[in-house]
Amino acid sequence: MNKKSLEPFLPIVGVIGLLAVWQVASSAKWVDPVLLPSPYEAGKAFWIGMHGELGFDFVKTIYRTAMSTVIAGIIGIPLGIVLGSSEKLYRSLEFVIDFFRSTPASAMFPLFLVMFGVGDETKISVAAFGAILVILFNVAYGVMNARKTRLLAAKVMGASRMRVLFDVMLFESLPQTFVGLRNGVSLALVIIVVAEMFIGSQDGLGHSVFEAQQLFEMPRMYAAIFAAGALGYGLNLLFLLIERRFVHWSGK
Amino acid sequence: MNSAQPAVRLPSTDAAAPKRPHVTIRGLSKTFGKTVIYDNFDLDIPRGELISVFGPNGCGKSTLINMIAGLIPVDAGKILFDGMTLSEIKFGYVFQNYREALFPWMRAFDNIAYPLKMMKVPPAERKARTERLVAHLGIKLDLNMYPYQMSGGQQQLVSIMRALVVEPEILFLDEPFSALDYEMTLFMREQLQKLFIESGTTMVLVSHDLEEAVYLADHVLLLSRHPARVADFTEVTAARPRTDATLSDIDFVRTKAHCLEVFQREVRRA
Repeated sequence: MNKKSLEPFLPIVGVIGLLAVWQVASSAKWVDPVLLPSPYEAGKAFWIGMHGELGFDFVKTIYRTAMSTVIAGIIGIPLGIVLGSSEKLYRSLEFVIDFFRSTPASAMFPLFLVMFGVGDETKISVAAFGAILVILFNVAYGVMNARKTRLLAAKVMGASRMRVLFDVMLFESLPQTFVGLRNGVSLALVIIVVAEMFIGSQDGLGHSVFEAQQLFEMPRMYAAIFAAGALGYGLNLLFLLIERRFVHWSGK
Repeated sequence: MNSAQPAVRLPSTDAAAPKRPHVTIRGLSKTFGKTVIYDNFDLDIPRGELISVFGPNGCGKSTLINMIAGLIPVDAGKILFDGMTLSEIKFGYVFQNYREALFPWMRAFDNIAYPLKMMKVPPAERKARTERLVAHLGIKLDLNMYPYQMSGGQQQLVSIMRALVVEPEILFLDEPFSALDYEMTLFMREQLQKLFIESGTTMVLVSHDLEEAVYLADHVLLLSRHPARVADFTEVTAARPRTDATLSDIDFVRTKAHCLEVFQREVRRA
């Protein structure tokens, strides 16, 4: 077999390496086995969990993250386009947006708890709040950085202002919009998992991690952490694939 | 000669080739900051000719066609196309930067058809007109490709076709080949000449390459340093289609030398 054909398998090397180090560390008892179960135990907990309670929590977290991202997109994208197409409007709101974008969304939990109670609404709305600002900022930036020549080209071909907005600016902002959506969904997931840990949650991956830790069921805790990691990775990959499909000209 | 006098040598005074002026520019003035680019500038552009605009750096070559094409506002003056304003005529504009002028999210075919959409031409007719143009020009290009899948020259060819699809009365080209390599530039010159001969559209070409300017033009508009005046409006009589042989033709060489002389006189006049 030649060397080239092995290249697609290179990413697996790191995974195998990590598992090997973990196995050695656990069987050589470098770390207290109570704190670090073997990969097999964690894997077993993951497999069993995903067919039961952990699977349910996994779906719950997906639902909340998806809801908050969808809400953030519905609000953030049109708002970003409006803000981006008017330099004056954007400049006058830039500080407010930047300020709240820099505010840790977790600092908003108590406020949203007061407003929405302890249910799903609070978690989803805090995550949506964080994601909206990220998406809005990126969309506005994308619109503002639309190529001047392209706008002029549309104008000399007789495009009206509305036409320029929908035929040119919207497409011009799409690559940056996807950057915003990917960052937004990552942030939403972080906020949802944190929210599930602390504010009166009965389910979700955050709750699962926290509960396993409280009960000292370490394999279950590791399983829940991996589930959260897989979810984050999967969401990012999903958006990358959508982007590659619909924004085929990006970076070309 | 100063700018207050009519600085234009009208082609209509040339008994050999009387031609109705197509574009008339009167009293054009434009200032950028404190720099006066145009001050009471007059010019007539003859119908059906290819005019090359040539002059020292920063003299306002591109500014001139951008004002005629309505891309930047004039401070004062009138620009009329057979007595009509810009909004009443169909025109095309080809940008130097084809990469940023085409829409990468559309296939080449849809890029070319886009201006027809702006003119509210129904989809079926848009398709038919675009296909007719492509067939008429005899251009062999896979128009199902996206612009970024094409070479620079192919992209600029798509740009030019996009400008021609509306059957414009006048076509403006702002240094259309300066972002291409030399081989592609030579090829594109031939393509443009062919398009000009076949369409007969009045064309105004800004160029920074004197040989290209003379080779393609019926008249070379030589501008002075700003405030720009018409330093000369040199007629190029070589028959079309021009070929590589034209470049070494004695009349052609003489015309080019004349243009260079005028250009250098204007450059030294700093």
